[in-house]
Amino acid sequence: MVDFDRSVLGVESAPIRYDVEKGAIRKFAEAVGDEDPIYYDAQAAQAAGLKTIVAPPTFLCTFRAQELPDLQLAFGRVRLNGGNAYEYYQPVYAGDTITVTAKYADVVERTGRTGKMMFVFTELTFRNQHGEVVAKGRNTGIMRD
Amino acid sequence: MGKQPVYYDDVQVGDAMPALVKHPTTRQLVQYAGASGDYYEIHYDHHFAVKSGLKDGVIVHGLLTAGWLAQLVTDWLPSPLALQKFGVSYRAMARPGDTITCTGTIVSKYDKDGQRLVDCEISAENQHGEKCAIGQATVALPTRS
Repeated sequence: MVDFDRSVLGVESAPIRYDVEKGAIRKFAEAVGDEDPIYYDAQAAQAAGLKTIVAPPTFLCTFRAQELPDLQLAFGRVRLNGGNAYEYYQPVYAGDTITVTAKYADVVERTGRTGKMMFVFTELTFRNQHGEVVAKGRNTGIMRD
Repeated sequence: MGKQPVYYDDVQVGDAMPALVKHPTTRQLVQYAGASGDYYEIHYDHHFAVKSGLKDGVIVHGLLTAGWLAQLVTDWLPSPLALQKFGVSYRAMARPGDTITCTGTIVSKYDKDGQRLVDCEISAENQHGEKCAIGQATVALPTRS
């Protein structure tokens, strides 16, 4: 079993606040190649029943949490993203302020077809300026040799 | 918008959403790095990628592939607010020059807490038929009545 610092599991990071800018939403949608006008134009968004320009579902990844403490995982030459999952409760609109916190949920050792890997699960909570939880996230990081 | 509403009454298990095809380029990876804030060099620095054990060089951000899969689902939905859960796991690596085809299929429909929900399986496949990402989406749909 690969050793790591278990004391950091479950410890929530200090919140980081982000202003949701319409220009950032536009650039993100452009980079994905998503031309839906609800990400570019407030009138088009309103015509689609939205308050204003809305963030695409994976825009949540731009709200980076404060870096979590080092797990001191004595393993792995490359870090890969194994997966991302989100639950959505409220829309994120241009003009909102989003606060993100993160914590390590679990660290698991597995052996796959490329050998031993360590899976690091991180949970994220996103709140808006009204204190509402708008979404939760779960990221899977993979360390491998 | 020109989007046709999707009604719970009309969808059946086994129905497919219209496929979405993407052609990632190195330019798009740089664009996405900037828009997402993910500057990990394995996505744009060939030598860094090779040194990190990715012998064929740079790879597509997992979250960009996730962004395409989210677009697949939101293109099909009348409103992105219908998306309640979205999660992907990354399998084969997607690379610039690949043709990535995103597909989604309804796997179940049910009532929960007064909402009409539909679970979908989604996947992004390269031109060799390898799955780069697989995942699930849960959406709430309106009824005709």
